[in-house]
Amino acid sequence: MWRLRTYLKPYWLPALLAPLFMVLEVCMDLMQPLLLQRIVDDGIAAGDAGEIRRTGLLMLTVAIVGVIGGVGCTIYSSIASQHFGRDLRESLFVKVQSLSFRNLDRLPSDTLITRITNDVTQLQTFVQMLLRMFVRSPMLIVGSLIMALSINLKLTVILAIAVPVLFVFLFFLVRFSLPLFATVQKRLDRVNGRLQENLNGIRVVKAFVRSDYEEERFGAVNRDYTAILTRSMRIMALNMPVMTLILNVSIVAVLWYGGALNRSGDLAVGELVAYINYVTQMLSSMLAIGMILTFISRAKASADRVNEVFDERADIENPPAASVLPAVGGRLDFENVSFGYGTHTDELALRDITFTVLPGQTLGILGATGSGKTSLVSLIPRLYDPEAGTIRIDGLPVSHIDLSSLRGKIGFVPQEANLFSGTIADNIRFGRPGASDDEVRRAAAAAQAHAFIERMPEGYASRIGQKGINLSGGQKQRIAIARALLMRPEVLIFDDSTSAVDLATEAKIRGTLQRDFSGTTQLIIAQRVSAVQGADLIMVMDRGRAAAVGTHEELTANSEIYREICRSQESEGGEARV
Amino acid sequence: MSDSSIKEKPQSPNPDPAPAGLSLPGPGGPGRGAPRPKERARNTGATVRRLWTYLNRQRADLLWVYALTVFAALVTMVSPYLLGLAIDRFITPGRSDGLLGLCLLLLGLYAGGAIASWLQAYVMTGVAQRMLQSLRGDLFRKFQRLPVSFFDTRTHGELMSRNTNDIENVSNGLNQTVTQMLTSLIVVIGSLVLMLRLNLVLTLVSLVTVPLVLLAAKMIGGITRRSFKAQQERLGSLNGLIEESVGGQRTVQIFRREQAMKEQFGEINNELNRAAVRAQIVSGLVGPVMNMLNNINFALIAAIGGWMVWQGWTSVGVIVSFLNYSRQFGRPIADLANQYNLIQAGVAGAERVFEILDQETEYEERGRALDSRAVRGEVIFDKVSFAYRPSRPVLSEVEFRAEPGQKIALVGPTGAGKTTIVNLLTRFYEVTGGTIRIDGCDIRELDKNDLRRSVGMVLQDAYVFAGTIRSNIRYGRLDASDAEVEHAAELANADSFIRALPKGYDTPLTMGGANLSHGQRQLLTIARAVLADPAILILDEATSSIDTRTEMHIQEAMRSLMRGRTSFVIAHRLSTIQDADRILFMNGGRADEQGTHEELLAARGFYYDLYHSQFAARSS
Repeated sequence: MWRLRTYLKPYWLPALLAPLFMVLEVCMDLMQPLLLQRIVDDGIAAGDAGEIRRTGLLMLTVAIVGVIGGVGCTIYSSIASQHFGRDLRESLFVKVQSLSFRNLDRLPSDTLITRITNDVTQLQTFVQMLLRMFVRSPMLIVGSLIMALSINLKLTVILAIAVPVLFVFLFFLVRFSLPLFATVQKRLDRVNGRLQENLNGIRVVKAFVRSDYEEERFGAVNRDYTAILTRSMRIMALNMPVMTLILNVSIVAVLWYGGALNRSGDLAVGELVAYINYVTQMLSSMLAIGMILTFISRAKASADRVNEVFDERADIENPPAASVLPAVGGRLDFENVSFGYGTHTDELALRDITFTVLPGQTLGILGATGSGKTSLVSLIPRLYDPEAGTIRIDGLPVSHIDLSSLRGKIGFVPQEANLFSGTIADNIRFGRPGASDDEVRRAAAAAQAHAFIERMPEGYASRIGQKGINLSGGQKQRIAIARALLMRPEVLIFDDSTSAVDLATEAKIRGTLQRDFSGTTQLIIAQRVSAVQGADLIMVMDRGRAAAVGTHEELTANSEIYREICRSQESEGGEARV
Repeated sequence: MSDSSIKEKPQSPNPDPAPAGLSLPGPGGPGRGAPRPKERARNTGATVRRLWTYLNRQRADLLWVYALTVFAALVTMVSPYLLGLAIDRFITPGRSDGLLGLCLLLLGLYAGGAIASWLQAYVMTGVAQRMLQSLRGDLFRKFQRLPVSFFDTRTHGELMSRNTNDIENVSNGLNQTVTQMLTSLIVVIGSLVLMLRLNLVLTLVSLVTVPLVLLAAKMIGGITRRSFKAQQERLGSLNGLIEESVGGQRTVQIFRREQAMKEQFGEINNELNRAAVRAQIVSGLVGPVMNMLNNINFALIAAIGGWMVWQGWTSVGVIVSFLNYSRQFGRPIADLANQYNLIQAGVAGAERVFEILDQETEYEERGRALDSRAVRGEVIFDKVSFAYRPSRPVLSEVEFRAEPGQKIALVGPTGAGKTTIVNLLTRFYEVTGGTIRIDGCDIRELDKNDLRRSVGMVLQDAYVFAGTIRSNIRYGRLDASDAEVEHAAELANADSFIRALPKGYDTPLTMGGANLSHGQRQLLTIARAVLADPAILILDEATSSIDTRTEMHIQEAMRSLMRGRTSFVIAHRLSTIQDADRILFMNGGRADEQGTHEELLAARGFYYDLYHSQFAARSS
C-alpha cells in the first residue's frame, strides 16, 4: 500500500496543508471545555460577570476559527485525494493497455475494470480519510488526554483503566467479526450464484418442471446466509452499547472520585465539568478508531489488487533493437511453432506447426471448435508469443520487428466484430485515423457494407454503441472487415469473420478480396469448406496440430479428416444458412 | 460507488449517547455516507402496509423490540438530568452523603440501557433477517412461477439486483424506521420536556441553532446531490470507456490505438477529477459546519447559562445538563434527512420487489391432470395464431398434424416463427388463436406441469448446472437410480467420454459447465432428455453451434433419442432433417409448404430455393 504514495507526491502541498488545518480545528475543539471551566470557576464562582462575557465571546470566536480549520482541511484533502486518484487511475489504465493477452488471461477483463474503477475510488476515499479523520481522531485522543492530565493527575487513574478495557474490547470484536464477514460474503455469493444459475436455465427448469427442487436448493443457501449474517450482525451490535457503557461508567467514576477531590479542595467544580468533557471526547474518538481499522484493511485489499496489476510484467515488449518492416512483401513462415495458454507444457494449444504462405497467396484454415485456429492467427500480430519455434514475416522473426510497425502491416478481422462507441466512419477509420472519406467509402464498399450504411438516416455519421443504433451481427462483421481493409495491410487475417453474413454477400466479399487484394497475403479461418475451397493452401487443424496441409484437390485425395468435414457439410445436400 | 466517503462525525465536547463505531462493511461504506442519488417510492402507503404484514408475523418479537427501544431511549434522556442533579446537590455544596447512591443509580441505569439496546438490536436483527429471508424466498419462488415471456423482456442483471440491491435497501430502511426513528422521537420529545422543566430561557438558547442545523443540512445536501450527480455522470462515461477498451483490448492493440485511447481516457478522467473535487469539498463541508454549530451552541449555553448562574437564576448542574441535552437534541434532527433518504430508498426497494411478486404467474389456474406416461404423442395444430403484440402477428393460422412417433422438421428464415411453435407447444406462451391438441386434448385445459412432463427439450444452449455429471443427468428425472442415469448416458453416446474422466459420473461441473466442451455438454442434455423419457421431444437448433464434424458424432445420439417419440426438430442445416416424416417450411409466420423432402423439392417452392441456394453458393 505504501508504495502507492508516489502518486500523492506531486500534491505534497495540499497533502501537508490538510492535516495542518485539521490541527487548527482540533485545537479549537480542545479549547472549548477549558473555556467552560473558566466561566464556571473564574466567572460564576468568583462572581465576575465581565469574565463570563469575555470568555463567552472567546468561545464563539474559537468556534468560528475552528470551522476555518475544518473547511480548509476539507478543501485540501479533497484536492490531494482526488488528484491522487486521477493519476493512479490513469497510470493503471496505461498499464492495462500495455498488457499482453497472456497477462489478460491471468487478470480477466472484468476484474481489471473493477480495479480501475472501484478499487481506485476506494483508495481515493482512503487518502481523504487519511488526511482528515486519521488525523482528527488520534489528535483528539492525545489532546484530550493532555488536557485532562493538566487539569488533574489523580483522576487519570480512571482513564488508565477505561482506555485499555476499550482497546481489549475493540480487539476482540474485530477478531471475532472479521472471519465471520468473510463467510457472510461467501454465502452471499452462493445465494447470488444459485439465483443466476436458475435465471440462466429458466427454460430448462420449466421444461423439466423442477421448480420445487430449485426452491429447495435456493432455500438452503438462503437459510445458511441468513443464519451467518444474523450471527455476525448480532455480534457487531455489541459495539455501540458496550462502548457507550464504558464511556458512561468512566463519567460516573469521574463524578464520584471528582466529588471527593472537590471536597478536599483539590478540584474546582468547573475543572470537574471540563474533565468530564475531555473524557467524553477522548473515548468517543476511540470509537472512530474501530472504523479507521476496517477502512485500513479494506484499502489494503484494494491496494493489493491495484499493485497486482502494476506488478504484472507485460510479457510482450517491443524488442530493443527493433527493425521497422519494409513496405513490400507478405511472405509468412511458421517454423515448428508450439504454443500453450497455461503453464503446463502438456496442455499445448498449438503443437509444432510449420507452413509457408508466399506473398499474395491465400491460406484457408479449417478445424473443429477448440482446435487452435484462433490461437494460430493470434501469434502473427504478437498478441501472444509462442513457446517454441519462430514466426517470420518477409524472413524477419516477428519478435525482432517493431510492434507498431508489425501490427500496422496486418489487417485483422476478429471473430467478434468488437466495434467501439462513435460513428460508423470512426470505427472504419480505427486503424488509420487519417484516411479520407473517399477511402472509408471504398473500404466499406469492398466489405459490402456501403449499401446498408447509406440506407441509414445518418449514413456514415450514424452512431453505434450504447446510445446509438443497433447493428445486426452480419453488419457488424462487415464494418470490422472494412476497418481491416482500410489499412491496406500486407497480411489480412479473417478469423471466422463472416459467420453471420449470408452466403451470397460472403461470396461477393470473397470476390472483391480476390480481385482488389490479390497482392495481399490472406489467412481465412472458416467453418465451411466452401469458404476456403479456392484457397492456394488449406490447413486442417485438429487438437493443436496441422492434421493436413494442401490444396482442395490434394486434401480430397489424401486426407481422411478433410473428407469427413466435407461429408458432414455436403453429404445430403450440404448445409444451408438462411 | 463514489459515495462511500466518510464524513467525520461532528464531535462536540458533550457526552455522546450514540456514537458511531464499527459498522457492517457493505455498499456505501460504514458510517453515514454522503447523500446518494435519491430514490423515491411511488406508493409509499400501500408498500409500507404490505411490508408491515411481513413484519407482523413476528409481532411478539417486535413488541419486545419496541419495549427495549423505549427503555434505552428513556435512559439516554434521563441521565443528563441526573448528572446535573449530582453536581448541584452534591458537588457544588461539597456534600458526600448520597453521592454514592446517585452514582450507583446512574451506573445501574447505564448498564440497563446498554443491555436493553443490545437486546433490542439482537431481537431486531433476527426479525429483520427472517423477514428478508422470506422476502428473498418469495422472490425466488415467484421467479419459478413467472411465464417465460417475463424473462424475455428483462435482463438477468435487472432481476438479480432485485434480490441483492433492493433487498439490501429494504434492510437499511427497516433498520432506520423501526428503531432509530423511534429512539430519535423519544429522545427529542423527552429531552425537550425535561429541558423546559429545568429552564425555559436556556431551552430557547439551545433551540437557536436548530434552524441553522436544518438549514445547513438542507443547503449542503442540495448542492451535494447536484455535484454527486455530475460526478456520477463523468464516472459513468469513464467506466464505459474502460469497459470498451479493456473488453476490446485485442482490437485496440492490433489497430495500434493505445495512444488515442489514453488521450480519450485522460480527457474524461480530468473532467471527472474536476467534478469529484467539487463534490468532495461540498459534501465534506457537512462535518466542519455541524461541528461549528455544535460549538456555537456549546458557547452560548456556557456563556448565557454562566451569566444566569451569576444572577442566581439557575445552577451549574443545570448548565451541565443542558450542554448534554443540546447535543442529544441537535443530532437526531440533523440525521433526519439522512434517515429519510434511507427509508425512501427502502420503500422504493420494497416496491420493486413487490412489483415482481405482483406479476401474474403462469399457474393461475390448475388444469386437468394428464398422465405423462400414457401420452401417445399425437400433436395437432389447428389454425394456431400467435402475436406478442396484436398489431404484429408472429404465427398466422398454422396447421399441421403429427402422428405418434413422427419426426417433424421446422425450417425457414430467422424470425419465421419456428421457435414460437415450440414455445406454444410447451405453453411458455399461450396461443392467441386456434388450438393445439395433444392426444386430442386442448393443451390449454391441461395442467401445465403435466404437459411439460410429457414434452422434453434439447436446446441450442446446452445448459449445465453446478453439480456433478450425475446430478445434471438426473435433473431429467429426480428419482432415477444410478443405473438408470448411466443407461441414459449410454443411449446418448455420453457414457464413453464420462467414463474417460478421472472422476467419471461424479466429476464436478462448474456453473455453465465450462470444464466440458460444447459437444460434451450437448450430449449431457440429450442424456437428460432420454432419462426424462417424454412422449414428445423438441430439438431446438440443438447442434447449430457445434462444428459439423462433432455434429456428425452427435447425430447418432440424437437418432436414438428420437426413436419412438414424436419429435420436432428445428435446424439450420438441412442435412439433419431430410429424413423427416414431414418438413414445415415456415415463412412470415405461415407454414404453407409442408411435406417430405422429395415432395417439397418437387413443389419447387421456397424450400426448393433454399435447398439449391447452397449449391449455388458452394459452386461460386
